[in-house]
Amino acid sequence: MSQQDIQAPFPGVFYRRPSPDKPPFVEEGQQVEAGTIIGLIEVMKQFFELRADAAGIITAFQVEDETVVEAGQGITVLEVV
Amino acid sequence: MTIDVIKPGLATSIQDTGRQGHYHLGIPPSGGMDQRSLRAANLLLGNPEGAAVLECALMGPELRFSESCCVAACGAEMTPRVNGEAQPLNEVFRVPAGATLSFDFVKAGARLYLAIEGGIDVPEKLGSRSTYALGSLGGLDGRPLQAGDQLTLLPSATASREGRRLPESLIPVFSRHYLLRVVPGIYDHRLTDESRERFYEEDWTVASEADRIGYRMKGGSPLSFIEREPPFGAGDDPSNIVDACYPIGSIQVPSGSEPIILHRDAVSGGGYAMIGTVISADMDWVGQIQPHQKVRFVPVSLEEALAARAEYREVMEALRQMP
Repeated sequence: MSQQDIQAPFPGVFYRRPSPDKPPFVEEGQQVEAGTIIGLIEVMKQFFELRADAAGIITAFQVEDETVVEAGQGITVLEVV
Repeated sequence: MTIDVIKPGLATSIQDTGRQGHYHLGIPPSGGMDQRSLRAANLLLGNPEGAAVLECALMGPELRFSESCCVAACGAEMTPRVNGEAQPLNEVFRVPAGATLSFDFVKAGARLYLAIEGGIDVPEKLGSRSTYALGSLGGLDGRPLQAGDQLTLLPSATASREGRRLPESLIPVFSRHYLLRVVPGIYDHRLTDESRERFYEEDWTVASEADRIGYRMKGGSPLSFIEREPPFGAGDDPSNIVDACYPIGSIQVPSGSEPIILHRDAVSGGGYAMIGTVISADMDWVGQIQPHQKVRFVPVSLEEALAARAEYREVMEALRQMP
């Protein structure tokens, strides 16, 4: 088992939900597949889908929903199974 | 020779020095937002200074080169990688045939300019290859790059400049807190004295909506306008004026809450009071500010603005003369 940092690829606002009234894309502790959407990062009126690179388990999120993130900032850790 | 766009990046578009002379008809200049870095990348390679390059905003693209070719990347600090191997910024390097060029996440600045030997070959529209996405004009089909696009190049007229590097003194150093010089006017008489002073004393945070059209700022105190009877043709909001032309760099404040600095893809006119204009010498810096970074506006006289423009021209001349 190895750990992968999932990082913000550019500065923006991180969202855990597709819209304010929807549940989060993934919960902490949830198992995901490669390509599963973890969250959205918004900048310049564009939404970028942040995806898992590999199958694994999402550990704790390091940033809150709807917060400003910097490029390279850790969003969450993926425990690759 | 073709370049395949594997991943387009966030907002990568073809830009050159822009199309001048059509703004009065509603067509903005477009072109690289940081002209100094765009021109530096071309000059390093020995390209014509105004050759078309890729402007890569906040996140770089992934490109595959069919043939060996020299490139130069200037502007925002995103480490270029050839088949995963780090390459220098501000220096000409070679991408071998079949290799993939990608970029690390941005460490400073907002826009990287990737010049490629010969320059990108797309048709000129109104005298420029620059993309004006809002008007679907120029560039590649009038839009930013998409995965699957293929770029072709114009023939290169010069010998390879591999290893040629920008002198340290000509490499811009990016900040997280910019001082932008502003010539106040022409509608700042509409502000109360107190509001006008406060505008220049507060920090403003660049909003995530900042793009090629305009840079929106948040976080400062709302502006207060002097009460008036709206003139015929102006809206009721105190920030409205009878429609006027908008210079590039002008600062409008819709409803007095969030100032917007217009940049090179701006609309050419409208009904918002402009309380000042960012001087031309500082507009390149605006294009390098990341969303959520901070800005303070500094009022200067027209004479100071012209002196800054003369200094800017000296830097450009030094780029043209570099060894």
